[in-house]
Amino acid sequence: MLSFKYIPYREHSVLNTDQKLNKIFNIVRRDKIVLMQGKLKPQEEAKLIERTMGQITKDFTGISFCTVYPNGNNKKKKKKNSSVVKSATRAVGDIMYKSFMGKRDCLTIVGPANIVKDIRKNPSQIDLFING
Amino acid sequence: MIKRFKSFFTRYINKLFRNKNNVKLGFYGPPNAGKTTLANKISMDWLGEEVGTVSKVPHETRMIQTKEQVKIKSGRKELTFNLIDTPGIATKIDYEDFLKFKLKSKEAKSRAKEATKGIIEAIKWLDSVDAVVIVLDSTKSPYSQVNITIVGNLAARDIPVLIVANKTDLKKASVKKVESAFPQYPVVGISADKGENMENFYKELFRIIN
Repeated sequence: MLSFKYIPYREHSVLNTDQKLNKIFNIVRRDKIVLMQGKLKPQEEAKLIERTMGQITKDFTGISFCTVYPNGNNKKKKKKNSSVVKSATRAVGDIMYKSFMGKRDCLTIVGPANIVKDIRKNPSQIDLFING
Repeated sequence: MIKRFKSFFTRYINKLFRNKNNVKLGFYGPPNAGKTTLANKISMDWLGEEVGTVSKVPHETRMIQTKEQVKIKSGRKELTFNLIDTPGIATKIDYEDFLKFKLKSKEAKSRAKEATKGIIEAIKWLDSVDAVVIVLDSTKSPYSQVNITIVGNLAARDIPVLIVANKTDLKKASVKKVESAFPQYPVVGISADKGENMENFYKELFRIIN
């Protein structure tokens, strides 16, 4: 049976890096998959890998993780829109949207490697490979 | 706020005084992408010495390997580099994976342990490099979280990046896929093993540093 634990943005946004990673590891080390609203900062991702490496044993072989964006984060699509007015409107909309939703408008998945074999991300699709 | 200011200030000072004549050039990427092969190729081209050994078994490089005072010429320009070959960054290491390469159990366990330490060391070195060549295997999907984490960390540190789509001599290679995954960075397709397109690689390398 697969077990997921959802961490809403308001729950982790007030935590510092160590507290955030402790929270993630507490769940992952109990063989559960973390679904975290929002994303880690690049330095936090590096710290997550560092701490994972420090915990590797015969039984805990690491993690699989990935951040998923609702629109696929595809920058090429934005360029196709050539109208200046449309671009400006979109830019203002983007700024407003990012101010209110930006940091929480994505989902970070972290799973123990013995359960989540791989997470493959293409611009339009996420494949979660589970060890069976 | 103070932390942010301190970090910005440190980065600015480092950038200002970055010694362009002794560039610490890091080679980063996932395991088996060809980092050591490329570092060897460069070092052999300009110094006549190799940096490290290469192998089909993942995590062959488990410690930082350096080669200092490598003088490289491109066109009329010349720069001196310290090459820093880092262990491949991964989020998981299972010693059983090494058994598939016919390593003995004890050897595989020891390799796994050394590999974890190597990854920690590689991440720590992100704070000490002046420029980075990210080496990716162009026959594989570039959209892995490890690649994104490496790129994100270099961008956060304002470190110049050149992405190498390696192994272009192989049938499945796709430089375009790498380009579309990282449109904000220069990408150069090469075969480090066969020494293909190295001229362009050196040109792009000088461009990101200047």
